[in-house]
Amino acid sequence: MIQKDLPEVIRDFNPLEDKMLRVIDNEGHVVNKKMMPALDDDTIINAYKLMFYERVADEMAISYQRQGRMFTYTPNLGQEAIHIAAGMNIRHDDWLVPAFREMGVLLSKGVTMKEMFLFYLGNEHGGSFMNAHNTLPIAISIGTQFHHATGIGYSIKQQKKNEAVYTFIGDGGTSEGDFSESLNFAGVWQAPVIFTIQNNQYAISVPVTSQTKSINLAVKSVGFGIPGIKVDGNDFFAMYLAYKTASEHALSGKGPVLIEAFTYRLGAHTTSDDPSKYRKKEEEVEWSLVDPLIRLEKYMRNKKIWNIDTQELKDKYKKDIDTQFKDAEKNKSYPLDDVFKFMYSDMPKELMRQKGEYEQFLSWKENRK
Amino acid sequence: MSVMTMVKAINNALDIKLSEDKSVVVYGEDVGVEGGVFRVTEGLQKKYGVDRVFDSPLAESGIVGTALGMAISGLRPVVELQFEGFTYPAFNQLATNVSRMQHRSRGKYSVPMVVRFPYGGGVNALELHSDSPEALFAHLPGLKVVIPSTPYDAKGMMISAIESEDPVIFMEPKRIYRAIKQEVAEDKFSLPLGKAKVVQEGSDVTVVAFGAMVRESQKAIAMAQEAGISVELIDLRSIYPIDRETVGESIRKTGRLVVVAEAHESFSVGSELVTIANEEAFLYLEAPPRRVMGYDTIVPLAQGEKYYIISPDRIFYEIEKSFKF
Repeated sequence: MIQKDLPEVIRDFNPLEDKMLRVIDNEGHVVNKKMMPALDDDTIINAYKLMFYERVADEMAISYQRQGRMFTYTPNLGQEAIHIAAGMNIRHDDWLVPAFREMGVLLSKGVTMKEMFLFYLGNEHGGSFMNAHNTLPIAISIGTQFHHATGIGYSIKQQKKNEAVYTFIGDGGTSEGDFSESLNFAGVWQAPVIFTIQNNQYAISVPVTSQTKSINLAVKSVGFGIPGIKVDGNDFFAMYLAYKTASEHALSGKGPVLIEAFTYRLGAHTTSDDPSKYRKKEEEVEWSLVDPLIRLEKYMRNKKIWNIDTQELKDKYKKDIDTQFKDAEKNKSYPLDDVFKFMYSDMPKELMRQKGEYEQFLSWKENRK
Repeated sequence: MSVMTMVKAINNALDIKLSEDKSVVVYGEDVGVEGGVFRVTEGLQKKYGVDRVFDSPLAESGIVGTALGMAISGLRPVVELQFEGFTYPAFNQLATNVSRMQHRSRGKYSVPMVVRFPYGGGVNALELHSDSPEALFAHLPGLKVVIPSTPYDAKGMMISAIESEDPVIFMEPKRIYRAIKQEVAEDKFSLPLGKAKVVQEGSDVTVVAFGAMVRESQKAIAMAQEAGISVELIDLRSIYPIDRETVGESIRKTGRLVVVAEAHESFSVGSELVTIANEEAFLYLEAPPRRVMGYDTIVPLAQGEKYYIISPDRIFYEIEKSFKF
């Protein structure tokens, strides 16, 4: 069993037995003391704040979209624990190869909300994540990014760098050929890649039970000979432990790890989606009670370290986020040149010709007025 | 008769074929319970059951490859790929097997399947939701590639596509999915694949367009009319086989060709039409054939899309240039 390569602390969570790593329960009580990551109170409070920031930013983004000020957006609601736990473990030199529902991880790499907004306002500059070190743009084509993560992992190993790669996919993405191929490659190459499946139970309308007959998604690691672990994705501490362990594993040259973060997409797939078409309200309510922020808050209250005035914090965050949105809104347009200049490192004459023709049309249009 | 959008018309065609032919199956991502992200398959699972209308796992290569298996073993699959940008993972199956099976098996196995998907820009979408990849598919021998521009045509062509013994790529211009409403017969009718339609007769310039660009061309033609230019508009409808006769005849009449299409200009359907102009009407040409098409760039996101998307005045500009040449 390949799990033996994992540190003792999580080795027992065999996906073949459908075991799920959990540190706190739904009431915020510690169920597994030896699993509790050694985090001081300030770090925990900070983690909550980061999750809360992501949530407020997410709510604001949806509201801008609803106001007609922004285009299609992909909400993160309910998956913040995964993002912030990954974000707290990913280091400056580690790589982030995102799908499209990992806002908190992107923020931790130095992406700003202004950039996120610019992207969803339809400006590629936002999506370039220019100032986030070793961070790839969002991948819209499902699952394709896993291969890139593995390739980066090979580079790291071949160049003997001390870096790991964090990459993400959804439960639906595990059906794509690229998912299996890249896990296989990563296994063969022992590439330092931490693959996360955010199993939020739905690929748009299709439930994970229609996606696969596997008992869980972590078990898919077994066939490729790499360790896999199913983790409670709404449990910040469990996610933190999983990333910490996986990161140590990858950085010590032991190869890839597959993490299934078992969670729930509380919001819509995108702002164009209407979940009431395919799932029951009761199910959403049930999951909203085990929301990762509520669970962490309960833990903090139990431990008597809860000192956050959420309303005050929300007002503060909203102000910051709104300033960034307005900044993005003001700077959303870009010149014609930008359509052409990034296609090739040296622009072919043919493209210059096409641009020239368009400019001729524009001047004709101008003269016609 | 009833008033239909293209979404409704295609739904109606699928409904008719599912009802009259037990071998027809419809599947893809979110086509069952949800009825498709654009609701093209709405209500069909309820009516025909999960054995005939169903959600597949999320894998485009899997969807198209399994459809091939079904098509050669007694079923007539009509599969949906969610957006044109997600046809690329399925390209392998189309290029290596779907398009070749009949030839490879010396006619033992025909491949009666339809791969349908929304395509095209102008909807402020995320990346890979605005492409026009018709030339990629048209370049694969063995596939038919068709694009309707009206609800009526969409219904008639979809019926024919499902009844075709050959694999058909059925591209649906998402920008006009609901923008055009038209009286369409509720009863079954079909339209031949491979036949262009002269939408409007004219004598000075031939405009060939398809998909959402037909409507944009009509707006430009109204401008041309005001400027005293008589334009003949051809809706190509079928990319492959291409209707060389209709296009050639029109250019011989007008002496001028302007192609309007959203795809990247180089190595495109536009290139093919210009070739047809040369081959079929060389001695009749009064002006160099022109293409009003997308650039050889990725379709920009919303803020840059205005530079890429073809506007009626840009079409008029080219019509006038051709006329005055």
